[in-house]
Amino acid sequence: MSIIKADNLNYDYLEYGEDGEKPEITHAVRDVNLKIKEGQFIAILGHNGSGKSTLAKHMNALLVPTGGTMWVDQMDTHEDDEVWDIRQRAGMVFQNPDNQIVSSVVEEDVGFGPENLGVPTDEIWKRVDDSLRKTGMIAYRHHSPNKLSGGQKQRVAIAGVMAMKPKCIIMDEPTAMLDPNGRHEVIQAVRDLNKSEGVTVILITHYMEEVIYADNVFVMDEGRLVMQGTPREIFSHVDELHELRLDVPHVTQLAHALRLKGLDIPEGILSIDEFVDAIMKIRDGGAVSDERKQALGENPEERENKADRENPSLT
Amino acid sequence: MSIRLDHVTYTYSPGTAYEMHALKDVSLELPDGHFIGIIGHTGSGKSTLIQHLNGLMRPTSGHVYFNDEDIWGEKYDRRNLRFHVGLVFQYPEYQLFETDVITDVCFGPKNQGLSEEDRMKRAEEALRQVGVDESLFRKSPFELSGGQKRRVAIAGVLAMNPDVLVLDEPTAGLDPMGRDEILGTVAGLQKQRGITVVLVSHSMEDVAEYVDQLIVMNHGEKAFDAPPREVFSHYKELEKMGLAAPQMTYIMHALKERGLDVDVHATTIEEAEESILHALGRK
Amino acid sequence: MFKDITIGQYYPADSLIHKLDPRVKFVGTLIYIISLFVFHTWGYVLGTVFLFSVIRLSKVPLGFMLRGLKAIWILLIFTMVLNLFLTQGTVVWQFGILHITREGIGTAAKMGIRLVYLIIGCSIMTLTTTPNKLTDAMESLFRPLRKVHVPVHEIAMMMSIALRFIPILMEETDKIKKAQMARGADFESGNVIQRVKAMVPILVPLFVSAFRRANDLALAMEARCYHGGDGRTQMRPLVYQSRDLAAYAVLLAYLAAAIVLRAVLHW
Repeated sequence: MSIIKADNLNYDYLEYGEDGEKPEITHAVRDVNLKIKEGQFIAILGHNGSGKSTLAKHMNALLVPTGGTMWVDQMDTHEDDEVWDIRQRAGMVFQNPDNQIVSSVVEEDVGFGPENLGVPTDEIWKRVDDSLRKTGMIAYRHHSPNKLSGGQKQRVAIAGVMAMKPKCIIMDEPTAMLDPNGRHEVIQAVRDLNKSEGVTVILITHYMEEVIYADNVFVMDEGRLVMQGTPREIFSHVDELHELRLDVPHVTQLAHALRLKGLDIPEGILSIDEFVDAIMKIRDGGAVSDERKQALGENPEERENKADRENPSLT
Repeated sequence: MSIRLDHVTYTYSPGTAYEMHALKDVSLELPDGHFIGIIGHTGSGKSTLIQHLNGLMRPTSGHVYFNDEDIWGEKYDRRNLRFHVGLVFQYPEYQLFETDVITDVCFGPKNQGLSEEDRMKRAEEALRQVGVDESLFRKSPFELSGGQKRRVAIAGVLAMNPDVLVLDEPTAGLDPMGRDEILGTVAGLQKQRGITVVLVSHSMEDVAEYVDQLIVMNHGEKAFDAPPREVFSHYKELEKMGLAAPQMTYIMHALKERGLDVDVHATTIEEAEESILHALGRK
Repeated sequence: MFKDITIGQYYPADSLIHKLDPRVKFVGTLIYIISLFVFHTWGYVLGTVFLFSVIRLSKVPLGFMLRGLKAIWILLIFTMVLNLFLTQGTVVWQFGILHITREGIGTAAKMGIRLVYLIIGCSIMTLTTTPNKLTDAMESLFRPLRKVHVPVHEIAMMMSIALRFIPILMEETDKIKKAQMARGADFESGNVIQRVKAMVPILVPLFVSAFRRANDLALAMEARCYHGGDGRTQMRPLVYQSRDLAAYAVLLAYLAAAIVLRAVLHW
């Protein structure tokens, strides 16, 4: 069953010029249809202004479509009565780590959501302990958020969402303001939650290296959904991605460049190991005689299988 | 117009329980006209370091020299120094305050005491060089997109005609295209104006492509100071510092280990491509 | 300068005073302030004994508490000097139009003691209570005001958010100031008007940033189902323990003693 489903979703807003006359209509999201299954790890890609954040805000009823429908756990976000249920089911983590933490003590901030939901006191504490443990932030429970690193603050924000017992977490560029270590820390934390708790994760980002772990990738441009597929499928289209102002991992780019030079490398290479194996295959296949290959006791197919085994995250 | 740091140490709250060395005995030279990268993880002292370059922070011990003059010497005009060493902070768009773009860019030149006419000339030139379209000059800076705001903020420092331009993570928070555009612009400026550029970054990939000298900071100390390819050959030590070499370095080392004779110093995609084709005998 | 203000700072320790219900401490501080204005002469001895006993119990070093006075010493001296010279009565010393009276010495001393005790009294409350608990206490004590449509919950929420963002905005001010200095801004020279004008490049970005943060935070709070105080539970509901009731008894006895001293014994 799908946890999130968009049916012909459109979102337009009026923008008033400086003189206050003639409002201009901006189509932030256009005719988006998508279905996200429970328990998946989904990535939404797109450059700044492609409509990905606007789409994300529809997923927990912070915005309501001006055309079409958004279903969250079978609830229509147009229904005013269900807005709090929707937000409990689909939690959201934002970009700026400072501007989403309400309390001056970590554990109290994590309790903020359950307090709003009217959860009894004992249960709140259970949830706070549990969420802090799952995000690895239990040691910092009495700290002030101001003393934490960016990655730690985002983990507190994730714990705050988890304490509401959501089915789905929507992360709107949670790593855009972090350094590489912080980014790694946050992505690791949500991947763990996705695996161990079965929480659906929807990660909005423009960092390609965060996308390779996703089950499914959506690419947005000018408010439309323009590509959809597994990371490998998406990264097989290096040139199209560049046209969409997106980056691809450097190893994918290198493989692509060599392929253009006539080397027989498969499209959509995502890891260094895969790449190295592909190059070795070419060397052994091209320059080395068959006897040599036999002497090495390997054949190309075996090696390919080995490459897959080395990269379990991709399969 | 070289800057030289001589055994600079900076200590927060010296003599108290909160004492912390942000910089420990750092000596370095930033020669004229070079493109220099400073890299290090958060808290490695790189932000403290760059604030010493234009006299916003005073070393607890040691000396900072600009053109062989001690900037903390008696009667040294540090305000004037800041016009020569332009510093662009992280997220510089948050310092914009004027009613329109061009007036904001004029703020620096105005502080320099330039005439109205000269200020405008400087501001227009700077805005054009960072790629801000003329149609935006009279708009409010708050109406622009994130990337445009950042360009305007960089122009605000550039308009002072500094000899040295220091940028603290100028690409933070931008999307890949925005990042490439800003870095391209900065590299262009460096060539066009022939100025020294100091780029603080987290990304080895960015640095690998542009700089000719790379300084690596770790726990307030200078860990490396050499051309990038030399620094990246220490990729195992970089990892211990919580940093990583560019992906290319790992690929080339992996290929070499498997017996392919490639150049392990290749750090950009183009270099790697060339070297692999060569090693495979395809060129 | 901000470093000297100990009011509003929290001093973590494990003491009876720290453990008391914040409402007791809030009410206790009020009672203490009232008593300071009830006392006439000997009452101050009672006030002193009470104050020092509480300080002792709180395990907060006396020196730390007195540091809070540094911020108000100008006000203190000003008040005392004014009272010393401007009170009419028996003249004990005269120079030109300046004179000191016996009554003046008395009033000045009294005002000085009152002010010092007042500051220390309030410091004890804030030093032993986290800002969050203090806000909870105020929300709980003022809850009856909701009947007359005072948004008590909202005010308390605003206070706790302000407490969270003050350090962030202070840091931000520092950053913006440095960024403008890097563009040659001069905050140190010039006359008063020039200096005020020089603040514009700091204040405008600061306000813009504060509004941006407020906007983000409101959205984040809504996303976490915040919809006002109705139907909200509390993570740390305030519940009186027996020690809190005992403390109330002590406070009442103290207030009664103060009134008896003044109204019955005329001390």
